[in-house]
Amino acid sequence: MTKVTNVLIVGVGGQGVILASEILTEVATKFGMDAKKSEVHGMAQRGGAVSSHVRFGPKVFSPLIAVGDADILLAFEALEAVRWAHYTNKDSKILANDLRLIPTTAFLSKGTTYPDDPFAELEKSGYHADKIPADQIAKDLGNVRLANTILLGALSKHLDVPEEIWLKTIEARVPKKTIELNREAFQRGRGAL
Amino acid sequence: MKKLLSGDEAIAYGAWRAGVKFATAYPGTPSTEILEAFARLPGIYAEWAPNEKVAVEVGIGSSMAGARTLVAMKHVGVNVAADPLMTFTYTGVNGGFILISADDPEMHSSQNEQDNRIFARFAGMPLLEPADSQEAYDYVEYGLELSEKHDLPVMVRFTTRLAHSKTLVNVEEKALDKELRGFKRDIKKYVMMPIYAIPRHKDLLKRLADVQAEAETSPMQTVEMQDTDLGVITSGVPYQYVRELLPDASFLKLGLTHPLPEKMIRRFAGEVKRVLIIEELEPFLEEQIKALGIECTGKEFTGRLGELTPERLAVALEKAGLKPSFHPVKTPPLPALSRPPVLCPGCSHRATFTALKKTGAHVFGDIGCYTLAALPPLEMVHSCVCMGASIGNAVGVAKAGGSQKPVVAVIGDSTFLHSGITGLLEAVYNNANVTVIILDNTITAMTGGQHHPGTGKTLMGTDAPKVDLETICKSVGIKHLWRLNPMKLNELETALKDSYQIDGPAVIIAEYPCQLYPTRLKRIPMIVDPELCNGCGACLRVGCPAILTTEELSAEGLPKVTIDADLCTGCEVCAWVCKPDAIKFPVLEEVEHD
Repeated sequence: MTKVTNVLIVGVGGQGVILASEILTEVATKFGMDAKKSEVHGMAQRGGAVSSHVRFGPKVFSPLIAVGDADILLAFEALEAVRWAHYTNKDSKILANDLRLIPTTAFLSKGTTYPDDPFAELEKSGYHADKIPADQIAKDLGNVRLANTILLGALSKHLDVPEEIWLKTIEARVPKKTIELNREAFQRGRGAL
Repeated sequence: MKKLLSGDEAIAYGAWRAGVKFATAYPGTPSTEILEAFARLPGIYAEWAPNEKVAVEVGIGSSMAGARTLVAMKHVGVNVAADPLMTFTYTGVNGGFILISADDPEMHSSQNEQDNRIFARFAGMPLLEPADSQEAYDYVEYGLELSEKHDLPVMVRFTTRLAHSKTLVNVEEKALDKELRGFKRDIKKYVMMPIYAIPRHKDLLKRLADVQAEAETSPMQTVEMQDTDLGVITSGVPYQYVRELLPDASFLKLGLTHPLPEKMIRRFAGEVKRVLIIEELEPFLEEQIKALGIECTGKEFTGRLGELTPERLAVALEKAGLKPSFHPVKTPPLPALSRPPVLCPGCSHRATFTALKKTGAHVFGDIGCYTLAALPPLEMVHSCVCMGASIGNAVGVAKAGGSQKPVVAVIGDSTFLHSGITGLLEAVYNNANVTVIILDNTITAMTGGQHHPGTGKTLMGTDAPKVDLETICKSVGIKHLWRLNPMKLNELETALKDSYQIDGPAVIIAEYPCQLYPTRLKRIPMIVDPELCNGCGACLRVGCPAILTTEELSAEGLPKVTIDADLCTGCEVCAWVCKPDAIKFPVLEEVEHD
């Protein structure tokens, strides 16, 4: 890799977006690259939209990805893929969890509503998102918390980093008892498409 | 050892490495994690102070005692601490002293976006501006040496972007061994009465001149000479953006930005055809460089508002007639339903504001999670200015006679102890007709659950005396006081109505623990009886994320509601507002009686 790779990870407060971006950043540094991760927390942790910018390559200056410059957009929730789609360009990849989390404001707002099908909404505007059924797979595996690892598995397919680095990094971050399950979740995510 | 550290963590590790033994702070986004990280390191003392002014005063004491000292706060905290700081530069230090100012351009989690570099200049503090975590780490040690060498407190100023970004840092495994110098009586240095302050002010100017001379050759300033058609002078995180957008330009990146290295700037400006200044917020560098008679531009392209982002800066550079390496796309964001932060399910503030809405009142707010009650659907916070302002605001409205409704101040426990007590004293002394509600969830919640003098624990994890809010209120002269659980909404409503009838101030201490800290609370989730729900939407208007609408319509043609069992904590606020009594606890099991 000679150029800088930009991965924007988005979702809703409490979904584990920050942890996932930490893991990705660690993976990149273990692969010998310079890496920066940036997000703002504070008021955002109370159920708000969360985004985390991860950039890695031989030398990274800016901690932020510019609008239109994300190589990969990884969305933990479908509406969040819509919200951040403009960070991508025609060569980018959008990976989105097939999950709808409807904000409280939806029942009170008179204008915009939660779209019936966020994926169709994206297509209409010229974006294509690959649908990752992460929550469904996680339920099949018996633990909804695995959605995080499944999404990282899906992301890993699009990055040129050895699988072992991913697995080692994830294993160091999850409870010992769930290591095997997380390995499986990662593989299921990798094969999800 | 290379470690991925946030700017905040890097400050903590850098301070530890440099032999800082004493650190104090009041929590405030984006600075909170500095002390949390520092407190976990060995061989140090770290504490939460009741507010930033006290933190700086304690820090001055620690410096007088000869310990290397770190005091951290968010930008607006420096306003609170301004009084001691403005004179501390006169006295100077014994042990090196670093003041961290974590600014918040874009107001990600703040009430304003003031640029505290101006404070450094105002008070006469040397100013360091790191641009990534490695620099944050290095600048603390450099700053402490500067502080001790020139007998001055030093400000390290950075922004939310640096505080909450993680980048690689070379971390030393051992701390420097700095012996405690000890306090030495020196009346002419430490007693700032006119006879001694006058010469110390003169001395301050001399000390600053010495720092300026050092700034000319400081390793914190870096020059990268490339194409000399354009020379960019910049500091802090904006360097990272402009360095990437203009990869061929020449750069003067300043790490020590007060006092400015005049000769170095003149030399750099003389070697390039055009000088561009890139900085966030105020034209701090630009105005001073223009005052040197150097022709330059900057703010006319970047503006003075918000955070510089790569795309905003790219637009500014194009406006300046340059060709940045990145052209911002013109694609506007797709319309997406907003997802604003909300009060957590089960938060007792929801109960308090629901009761306030029912009784009707003008409510003057403060700094904390409860400010979120200003947003729809509650809209029951009607002012938010600064820490502790609620009570004073309410007294002013009541005294001026400008409200036809009851006048209420709401203030959290941590904020009350920070700077609410003097406001309450004012309400008592001048007999104001106000109801003050202390929202006591026994934690500093907004910043992520920090202890304070009312929680019974210290930052280091030891037990502490727990200050009693009722005793404080009574001792300042409050005669009418209720101490209640706001989740018992009928009691709260009665107390509110009674308090409105009183001549003079009344206090309601609304006690209920935070849903998240110190431990997450969860009880049996409630359910909606679809037979009884009439779709009136009263429960939706308490603004709880656990209440959802369904496709099923009531006889009135309105969507019925349901409750998300994962999110619901069983707090019953929605049940209290439900007229048809459709929200209940599930009947768990039919109990067989003998």
